[in-house]
Amino acid sequence: MAKKKSGNVEFAPRGIGDEKSGAVQKGVDLPAATKSKHKDLGLSAAKLKAMYEQMYLQRRFEERAMQQYQKGKFGGFLHLYIGQEAISTGTTFALNDDDDIITAYRDHGWGLCRGISANEGMAELFGKATGCSRGKGGSMHFAKAENHFWGGYGIVGGHIPIGGGLAFANKYEQNGRISTCFFGDGAVDQGALHETFNIAQLWKLPAIFVVENNGYSMGTAARRHTVADIVDRADGYGMKSAVINGMDVFSVYEKMKEIADDVRKNSEPWFVEIRTYRYRGHSMSDPQKYRTKEELEEYQKNDPIERLKTYILENDIAKEAALEKIEEKVEQEVLDAVEFADNSDFPKDEELYEDMFVEDDPYFHT
Amino acid sequence: MAELQFREAIKAAIDEEMAKDEKVLIMGEEVAEYNGAYKTTEGLLDKYGYKRVIDTPISELGFAGIGVGAAMNGLRPIVEFMTFNFAVLAADQIINHASKVKYMTGGQIDCPIVFRGPNASAGQLGATHSVAYDSMYAHFPGLKVIYTSEPGDAKGLLKSAIRDDNPVLFMESEQMYGLKGEVSDEEDYIIPIGKGKIKREGEHVTLVAHGKMYHLAVQAAKELAKDGVECEIIDPRTVKPLDLPLIIESIKKTNRCVILDEAHPFGGLAAEVGFLIQREAFDYLDAPVQRVTLPDVCAPFAKNLFDLWYPSVKQVVDAVNQVTYRN
Repeated sequence: MAKKKSGNVEFAPRGIGDEKSGAVQKGVDLPAATKSKHKDLGLSAAKLKAMYEQMYLQRRFEERAMQQYQKGKFGGFLHLYIGQEAISTGTTFALNDDDDIITAYRDHGWGLCRGISANEGMAELFGKATGCSRGKGGSMHFAKAENHFWGGYGIVGGHIPIGGGLAFANKYEQNGRISTCFFGDGAVDQGALHETFNIAQLWKLPAIFVVENNGYSMGTAARRHTVADIVDRADGYGMKSAVINGMDVFSVYEKMKEIADDVRKNSEPWFVEIRTYRYRGHSMSDPQKYRTKEELEEYQKNDPIERLKTYILENDIAKEAALEKIEEKVEQEVLDAVEFADNSDFPKDEELYEDMFVEDDPYFHT
Repeated sequence: MAELQFREAIKAAIDEEMAKDEKVLIMGEEVAEYNGAYKTTEGLLDKYGYKRVIDTPISELGFAGIGVGAAMNGLRPIVEFMTFNFAVLAADQIINHASKVKYMTGGQIDCPIVFRGPNASAGQLGATHSVAYDSMYAHFPGLKVIYTSEPGDAKGLLKSAIRDDNPVLFMESEQMYGLKGEVSDEEDYIIPIGKGKIKREGEHVTLVAHGKMYHLAVQAAKELAKDGVECEIIDPRTVKPLDLPLIIESIKKTNRCVILDEAHPFGGLAAEVGFLIQREAFDYLDAPVQRVTLPDVCAPFAKNLFDLWYPSVKQVVDAVNQVTYRN
């Protein structure tokens, strides 16, 4: 008997139509936040205020960057970190200053956490010579190598093996450093992740591989581009894993510190899924048709900066006025950064040929 | 002068550089316990141990990227590909990462890595094991590409490649590993990257030939010498940076050129050198530049078709006859 042809062949799961259902779609299911108080975590009042300032700086920097982009001050791609600040902040406070960090192109927040000043960051966005990458990289290629922030990469998943390589060097040199490698939920589908995880687990590389799962890979919801829970991939490699609430800086700090200590001691890699949400589109040109207003509003209730602010005020860590002072300082810092970037020069023409090679007088084919 | 096999010259270079600098290490498929798929790393595991001589899984993209990260973070890795045919999987790491990281970060990050392994055809191995990749990688800024033809050149240039603080691709050939040649026993013998060599002097035509094609040029030159046609053979040794002045100087003398390249015609070294010669030495040419390349067809298996496909002495002789108007 000939098999009847099925009428409707489809491959990728559908997404369009979900938004009409009225229900709040959940990009990610946030696990419960930690119940630990700041004292349990060994965080002083000063540290909390520093965390608040760092997160607020990232937020205002990104908002200003968006505004400057819309004003036409610079072109290219702009991928904003708004909503994800707890991850960069919690992590960098948990790590040692010389632990290695590498990330993808949503990298401004990471740069600001690791010694890129607002001035250098804004100047880099504008493509000025005073930028952290001398205007040669732009938004996607922030870096501060002297602070062990290795950048800023534009190929989805391309930097994952490199994160493994940073750990390889640390293990080779026995220098007590660990490497952390951040990427988005879209990147977990790249073969580079599989190859790196296999090698990292086999060779016992001191690395933490972290997916900042914000529920969407550009315009595609996670359930439409990846099977199963992302974190479960670790099981296939026998790799240690964890899931963290990325909208709570305490949760990130607590768990990343615990994991970093383990990696430093045992030199075995971890795969961590930090669930978060980005309040803006994938990049500036994203019309965000793939999620509803209701969903966005639901997640904005989880704003990590508001959460920390509430904690600080409710626990009498600082008064409202003190926080306002921090906020004003940051506002000014970011405004100054725009002015700095505006007033800086573009790179000189000769710089087109600089930094291709190490030597002073390299060969260029003509 | 010692007489060494090509593979021994490679090993000597790696050995000397590993002895000199703790940060040099080698990783690749079968490089350690198997002693190398082509024995280019024979004995290195015993000498340097498991930290510095590392067997990788079959994960070209993965271990190339790990090499890149390790190079960025202070080491000097040599990444061996069992052939550059397999390394196409690693092309993202070579092209998008190793070659660009210094520029994109405004100079902050260096990548002193060597990617090495066999390149181009090696007999009847089928279409996917027979592609020449040197010209393809030479296309991209930020990469140096070396493809030597003799053991002496291999040793001197591989040492330079390992010492170079930039990403370097060092290409070899399965079919040359057993080739014996003179290798300088000068202590710390280095050949600078980017310097070609005139390996045969002649007044009638310049042959530009690198890698296995150098040996084809030598055979063709012998044939032609019987008829009194003297070929000047230039082996560039390094594809990029290309030693163009050496080639142009020769053209000014001979006024005729045939380029040999075991790659396909579109956009390879033969095309590039041809363009450069007409730009730099137009008035010196007494005939158009000719080339002997593969056809625009992938490698067949059948012996007769393979022999048609692969450049032959006859093709080189015919091309020389063309530029000397002897036909």
